[in-house]
Amino acid sequence: MSFNNLDTLYRQVIMDHYKNPRNKGVLEDDSLTVNMNNPTCGDRIQLTLKLEDGKVADAKFEGEGCSISMSSASMMTQAIKGKTKEEAVKLSHIFSEMMLGKDYDDDIDLGDIEALQGVSQFPARIKCATLAWKAMEKGMNEEDTAK
Amino acid sequence: MNAKEIRELFPILNQEVNGHPLVYLDSGATSQKPIQVIEAVQKYYHYDNSNVHRGVHTLGTRATDGYEGAREKVRKFIQAKSTEEIIFTRGTTTSINTVAASYAKANLSEGDEIVISYMEHHSNIIPWQQVAKETGATLKYLPLQEDGTIALSDVSATITDQTKIVSVTLVSNVLGVINPIKDIAKIAHQHGAIMVVDAAQGAPHLKIDVQDLDCDFLAFSGHKMCGPTGIGVLYGKKQLLENMEPVEFGGEMIDFVGLYESTWKELPWKFEGGTPIIAGAIGLGAAIDFLEEIGLDQIEAHEHKLAAYALERLSEVEGMKIFGPKTAANRAGIVTFNLDDVHPHDVATVLDAEGIAIRAGHHCAQPLMKWLKQSATARASFYLYNTEEDIDKLTAGLIKTKEYFSDVF
Repeated sequence: MSFNNLDTLYRQVIMDHYKNPRNKGVLEDDSLTVNMNNPTCGDRIQLTLKLEDGKVADAKFEGEGCSISMSSASMMTQAIKGKTKEEAVKLSHIFSEMMLGKDYDDDIDLGDIEALQGVSQFPARIKCATLAWKAMEKGMNEEDTAK
Repeated sequence: MNAKEIRELFPILNQEVNGHPLVYLDSGATSQKPIQVIEAVQKYYHYDNSNVHRGVHTLGTRATDGYEGAREKVRKFIQAKSTEEIIFTRGTTTSINTVAASYAKANLSEGDEIVISYMEHHSNIIPWQQVAKETGATLKYLPLQEDGTIALSDVSATITDQTKIVSVTLVSNVLGVINPIKDIAKIAHQHGAIMVVDAAQGAPHLKIDVQDLDCDFLAFSGHKMCGPTGIGVLYGKKQLLENMEPVEFGGEMIDFVGLYESTWKELPWKFEGGTPIIAGAIGLGAAIDFLEEIGLDQIEAHEHKLAAYALERLSEVEGMKIFGPKTAANRAGIVTFNLDDVHPHDVATVLDAEGIAIRAGHHCAQPLMKWLKQSATARASFYLYNTEEDIDKLTAGLIKTKEYFSDVF
């Protein structure tokens, strides 16, 4: 592998999200808070979600981690806004499949998220990419059980 | 000592990773194994495999001789008085947990104190947290100096007559600091406390004399010192071990078993319930032979030289922040750093693309990371097979990493 192959991992759009994270911060009021960390490496994320009428009205994240985990969090918050819970969870499943290098449902426009596809070639970094998505799924599940 | 010749004895190092010759700088996590160790384990399974201490047959005798012979090698390696003081365990974690579960829970109560330091590995923190919770004892931390070292004045100020256990690492797995264990043990004993030493990062690199250190317990792992995974050692002073209850019960460790009561074997076997880690112990014995043939003093000097060279070379990289003491004095072959805004995972991924293996993360030392105010760090750790050329490659790799990320920032 040469440095050129690294470009499949560190795509421009990923670095842009890392440098200029979207939806960075904490939602106040009656938002749903999820904390999750990757115990093997110390990455952590705090995700706050605001759900209205079964849809994600707003989403923000705070955290510490590498370019992959933080850019993935930025992209995830961007992607789920306006989506229903089911759509958000489905997106997370698609993302998992993409990370595992499996065929995934490409009818859905993934937008920036598509840039993370290269992570599947770096097995040690898949957990970085999926952290924010796991947090989001956990939040949705908790919301279900709280009802 | 010729590291280039020694390197040839490690088959795994002779390979390309991602199109580059492997540069292995993660021996602090686990060391590679020389052919002598691989062959010793293979020979055992090929010719001698049998259970120990019970077979009347020839293979049983060979396996027992191999296993107990390894115990004698360990005894000599750390200068213990007797093989009764050498217990084989699964590794450092199990060794420290054995002291915590057996000695500490029986001897500590509310009002007592356990003293550890901010630079401990999780395996020398959590067992004591659990003891504190169960016995009501208080867990106290030795503070660190600005450069990450422990000052004896702080040791004197922290240890009191209520302190029953002091447990400190010989070498920090993050800072590379070599701690003044002998002096700490002296202070602990003046207050009637026992001294436990985590030697996971010490035993592979420094000559250890448990009688000179005057420690009460000392724990280390085989896999960080050229031996197999799954084997470790707990050294304990005989009079302490004699009064301790086993932690695991079952086969191998019994003297007599009745319907409702049983008695234990003598030391060290009462602490080795179940079929022991025979091949692991034999492999560890072969690793000790290997290290002693080269000489621990030679290994220590070599790593000291590498640490000094690494501190010098890495400082040349712009944006480099090195943690721990700035000089190589009292430093083992571990250098932990961060490179500007580039996250250590990203550093490790870019270096891996160059065939260079380093560790990135919290190094199982979250309290220390908090003290360093870092969520994660990168670590290069050296062993007897590393050369200055490896450090040159690391330096070049880091400069490339910096350039690579400066394009995107």
